[in-house]
Amino acid sequence: MQTEFLEEARRQAEICNACRYCEGYCSVFPALHAERAFSDGDLTQLANLCHNCRGCYYACQYTAPHEFALNLPQALANVRQDSWEEFAFPRAAGQAFQKSGLRIALATVLGFALLIWAMLSLASAGGEGFYAVLAHNTMVAIFLPAFLFPLLSLAISLRRYWRAVGAGPLRFSDLRGGFAAAANMRNLNGGHGDGCNFEDEDRFSQGRRFAHQAVMYGFLLCFAATSVATLMHYLLDLRAPYPLWSLPKLLGLSGGLLLTLGCIEMIRLKLRADPELGASGATSGEFGFVALLGFVGLSGLALYGLGQTPLMPAMLALHLGAVLAFFLLTPFSKMAHGFYRLAALTADAQKKREVAR
Amino acid sequence: MTLASPQPDIAVIGGGNAALCAAITAAEAGARVLILEAAPKPYRGGNSRHTRNFRCMHRGPLGPLTDSYTEEEYLADLMKVTGGKTDEGLARLAIRSSEECLPWMEAHGVRFQPSLSGTLSLARTNAFFLGGGKGLVNAYYRTAEALGVQVEYEAAVTHLEIHDDRVTHIDYTQNGETRRISPKSVVVASGGFQADTDWLARAWGPAAKNFLIRGTPYNRGVVLADLLEQKVEQVGDPTQCHAVAIDGRAPKFDGGIVTRLDCVPFSIVVNKNGERFYDEGEDVWPKRYAIWGRLVAAQPDQVGYVIIDAKSLELFMPSVFPPIKADTLEDLATKMGLPPAVLAETVAEFNAACGDTSGFHPTELDGVSTTGITPPKTNWARPITEPPFYGYSLRTGVTFTYLGLKVDERAQCSIGNRPVSNLWAAGETMAGSILGQGYLAGFGMTIGTVFGRIAGKEAAAHAN
Repeated sequence: MQTEFLEEARRQAEICNACRYCEGYCSVFPALHAERAFSDGDLTQLANLCHNCRGCYYACQYTAPHEFALNLPQALANVRQDSWEEFAFPRAAGQAFQKSGLRIALATVLGFALLIWAMLSLASAGGEGFYAVLAHNTMVAIFLPAFLFPLLSLAISLRRYWRAVGAGPLRFSDLRGGFAAAANMRNLNGGHGDGCNFEDEDRFSQGRRFAHQAVMYGFLLCFAATSVATLMHYLLDLRAPYPLWSLPKLLGLSGGLLLTLGCIEMIRLKLRADPELGASGATSGEFGFVALLGFVGLSGLALYGLGQTPLMPAMLALHLGAVLAFFLLTPFSKMAHGFYRLAALTADAQKKREVAR
Repeated sequence: MTLASPQPDIAVIGGGNAALCAAITAAEAGARVLILEAAPKPYRGGNSRHTRNFRCMHRGPLGPLTDSYTEEEYLADLMKVTGGKTDEGLARLAIRSSEECLPWMEAHGVRFQPSLSGTLSLARTNAFFLGGGKGLVNAYYRTAEALGVQVEYEAAVTHLEIHDDRVTHIDYTQNGETRRISPKSVVVASGGFQADTDWLARAWGPAAKNFLIRGTPYNRGVVLADLLEQKVEQVGDPTQCHAVAIDGRAPKFDGGIVTRLDCVPFSIVVNKNGERFYDEGEDVWPKRYAIWGRLVAAQPDQVGYVIIDAKSLELFMPSVFPPIKADTLEDLATKMGLPPAVLAETVAEFNAACGDTSGFHPTELDGVSTTGITPPKTNWARPITEPPFYGYSLRTGVTFTYLGLKVDERAQCSIGNRPVSNLWAAGETMAGSILGQGYLAGFGMTIGTVFGRIAGKEAAAHAN
């Protein structure tokens, strides 16, 4: 990892540890105060525990122009970003995306869209609905590896993370603690329930927390829709297309809407936020990822809306291309943060359990 | 000279807690309020930026506060630290009003934190701001601006013209321009004079040049001096201030809370000649914390040196600058610029005076003391023997000065026995009216909030 990022985070953490005014904002500070010296692993854990809510920055009496020049959100964001590159498998892929995420996301979407378009043109499948243009087995042949590879890659990354931060054997209660903190995004409520300081200097708002929730739950609903449809296909022999009042459609539509609106709001908030409080040089990657995720949702909705028109094959290609790009990029894009965050929250729950014992 | 337009009803001089409480209260009463803050926006808030808590009377659990803290108990605490040097009427007013302040603060955006580590039990008496004083200041600026209060930054007031017992106009400079306003009412809440080290040196003697200023560099007492020159009634002793011993490597200005050192009870403290000069184990925080500023100020070059050994290193809050470390006392002395032989002898003498240390208890007065040594160490006296040895330098850190404007229970200033009809003061600039000496944690914010609100209310009533 880049030593200058770690050194800077260490310098700032030591000042924060002597001050402690920010104790109530989020989980970072109690975890920080539990240490007297900070190893690289400690800093990596703190960095991934930080949700970049910026509450501590705006409350800090030591931000520039003060000579201590604290900017803990940025210092931790840099370590965090760097840790994702470090833990990514394969490593080179992580670095490439973070440098120019928007271009890579666009290229990937277009590439996959063209690829699928070519397949559609080459072979007529003779099925119903979407399967009329792309056979179910072809879809599975493309998407199964595209789904399994990121899972494997993430598993390797998370194992690297777990070792680096020195976390111990996992218990169910740790996982429960981690998931509970993620489920309501406790660390974005500011410690007082007023939310965070993301988009308008020191004003507290729930904007980012709600947008984030919309994206997360929207994504999970879409994922559930696909999972339910898969089960219906294989277990009940119920083939797509499904009617509006079916579980896959209800989950997919609500999820798609939440995901799309959540991503639009995230981009709006990001545009208003001070980039100096985020990771240096990661803006392109972050916008690229949110745009891609939002496009997955939007193209899914468009596919539903235009499913009965001649535009359907084109929309199908775009949507499947976006989904494919999204899955393949997951371990190397901002999407990975969700997994690292969960790991950090789980490790934090574990640490609290050990202290309490 | 530019005339501001439209003219405000009320000018509030200063931009910290007291100023903001005054501005918000006056704006809620319907007045057009202008805040003149000398600091640029990132440094707004005066010393309130560095504060952390509010001492509050309460008859039962209140907000983050547990149990109760009565008027009598609060007053007794104040009497103890001030040695009775207070105006009891104003002190009781501040204490009694603090109870209604806490919900008012919450209603105006201030958030408190439920519990804290690293600070000895203040959960009953003091409410801690979430994020500290800058968080409070931010919340008040948001609230004030939503109420239509106009804020001018880098607006340094140079003169208040007083004629026939009223302020007729205020001159201030901003962007290299001099401006003049003639508000109906004026609230002065621009702090003490501690950042003007020349003034400090006039009061304390040349030793004051070696003091560090813990808070804002913008409290230079310009308005205070201007008013005192015009015979506005003064209060307090110019040598009285809140001063503590802080890390000698702290910045000259604005080091704030992180420069504090909590290691004194576990140490011996020597002067630059390597000699001990006071009982390091006299008492726990915060009493001990507040007396060491003066003790160090009385030593040659106004410096002290804390010496501990490895077994004490983790018994106190982490310091912002790492301690100086060496394997022998002689090496440590050399690194710290102390006479090595004298330090070794002082430590040997101290060690020989230590007795049974089995009762050592770091968080309470444990009675583990020395015998046959002057000065004694009356608690936590353990021999300094276990390498590596660690040292910190200490200097006097001034928080704020007590010389200020005398006010009545309506926060109004006076000349002789006659009130200045449109001039009120709040915060550190009048805190000497209540704090004759000593300090009580969180009391500065109490004075600022209570008198800021009173001044705002009175100023608005006068303007309307």
